[in-house]
Amino acid sequence: MTDKNQEKNPGRIPEGGMPQEKKDEYLASKIRSRIAWTFAFIFAILQLVLTLTPFFFMIMNSFRKQFDMLQQGVFHLPDPWYFQNYVEVITHDFFGYFFRSVIVVAVSLLLMLAISACAAYPLSRMKFKLNPFIYAAIVAMMSVPMHVTLIPIFKLTTDVGLYDSLWSLVGPYVAFALPMSVFILTAFMKTIPKEIEESAEIDGCNRYQNFFQIILPLSKPGLSTLAIYNGVSMWNEFAFANTLLISPQNKTLPLALGQFKGEHSLNIPINMSVLTLSVLPMIILFIFFQDKLVKGMMAGAVKG
Amino acid sequence: MDKSGNMGLARTKARSTARAAAVFLLPALALIAVFIVYPVIDTFVISGFKWNGISANRIFVGLDNWNTLIHDPMFWKSFQHNLIVMVLSILLQIPIGMLLATFLDAGGRKFNLFKTIWFLPYLMSSVAIAFLFVYALATNGGLVSSLATLIAGKRTTVDLLGTAPNALYTIIGVMAWQFTPFYMVYFIAGYGNIDTSVYEAAVIDGATRGQYIRHIAIPLLGPIFKTACTMSLIGSLKYFDMIWNMTQGGPAGTTELMATYMYKLSFQQFNMGYGSTVAAGMFILITFIALLFNKVFKVKEDY
Repeated sequence: MTDKNQEKNPGRIPEGGMPQEKKDEYLASKIRSRIAWTFAFIFAILQLVLTLTPFFFMIMNSFRKQFDMLQQGVFHLPDPWYFQNYVEVITHDFFGYFFRSVIVVAVSLLLMLAISACAAYPLSRMKFKLNPFIYAAIVAMMSVPMHVTLIPIFKLTTDVGLYDSLWSLVGPYVAFALPMSVFILTAFMKTIPKEIEESAEIDGCNRYQNFFQIILPLSKPGLSTLAIYNGVSMWNEFAFANTLLISPQNKTLPLALGQFKGEHSLNIPINMSVLTLSVLPMIILFIFFQDKLVKGMMAGAVKG
Repeated sequence: MDKSGNMGLARTKARSTARAAAVFLLPALALIAVFIVYPVIDTFVISGFKWNGISANRIFVGLDNWNTLIHDPMFWKSFQHNLIVMVLSILLQIPIGMLLATFLDAGGRKFNLFKTIWFLPYLMSSVAIAFLFVYALATNGGLVSSLATLIAGKRTTVDLLGTAPNALYTIIGVMAWQFTPFYMVYFIAGYGNIDTSVYEAAVIDGATRGQYIRHIAIPLLGPIFKTACTMSLIGSLKYFDMIWNMTQGGPAGTTELMATYMYKLSFQQFNMGYGSTVAAGMFILITFIALLFNKVFKVKEDY
């Protein structure tokens, strides 16, 4: 990308000996390009303001006292800076919601990665009659909207006695992440050369050893992309959590926002602190692993 | 080794391959069967009953629920809202995302700060965005009302989420705020995939940057446009989280979508039989529209 861009700016004056006509044309195109850039910058800065204003609103108000917000107006800096909102939020079990989310996402993610790698292995590297059929069936599941399954899964969860338990989320989270993950991992494993396995077989490895000792370690880049994409969507998942969990002491982080809003609906600054705290982990991850995170979050683009 | 022995060996090998494949595939297939296939079928089954979701007795009503659905103005109004969201989302998010990506591609590395900041909204969950904008758009102390007060010089309120036609368009704007960064990064990746030599060749042939973008880059990005539209399309048809947390379909059902209507019927009014019918109807409509779109625009499936 860098090399391309160094060449791209049409700023250089070509060496002399140009006929007058050509010079005029060149100047005109230069002026046009300058006008285009001016508009582009106006647009870029407008977008910057539109992007940042809500964040500014959220962070500034999280440091105000409840009634300061209306008195001071939203365009002033907090005066005084007030940190009690954060204390209030943290002492009201914010980390409980946070760790429940961590546990559900960690367990679901590990299961999902293990199961999808297992499924992708035969689909990418074994010849059997049903292979294309099973592959097509799994890929077709990518387009099922999860909302269609909410009522039966609610019913299923109450039937097996898991309603209002954190573990009720694991099954749906894993299952709905599987089709896309199998799809991506199958494509990924197909790129691993066959010869590696064949030579291992000569050395006496069976299929299971092949999988664990050769294919799985070589699939790490694919697995990490899937971990980021699915980790982010599980972390933010709302509909299943809202349907299957009811008690505050079992709820996950996306539900904490509603919980706090229910208890302090008029205290806007407290709600802004909860929001800020819930977005913070993502922003920290983004600062440290920007490229990896963006690439991972884009993995869903294949869903098309 | 004679011929038959050879074939026997091949057959044994095939059988052992099939067995290994079954072992590896079993967990994935079982989970998909339990949590996706069975629920979809069950949704259609429940749609034949009158059921409150709790009591053991379900009353079989045949196609009554489906008959109600076809004549339910609220369902078709929700579907219509989904279509408005779909069209406006595609018209807003994809062109703006494309413009931002073009700007970043032209500027290169020195514009990285723009890229980083523009991406921020996509880091927030739909739920968090919903709560943030409920307060940011409130008439009391919200951003827009405060700005209007500042401009007008006296207390002015702008009620974007509480009044009828505004609410839906406001939500579409907030969705654009959230998802434009996604399409931006998607198009950046698309630009990155265009070979550097293509641009060099264009410059040697005397093309300006604008001409390069218009006549070379955009046509090359064609397939990416189609995939982006498909994603936006399917996403808009099953949208739920943000609307549920912002307006719950209100005021007076003017922001009701199929998913929020289904959720309200099932988990607030405990009318799960009819809720399932709405869910099943939603499934049919989404599948139909996605297939239709793929057919009309011939989206290549070679990702």
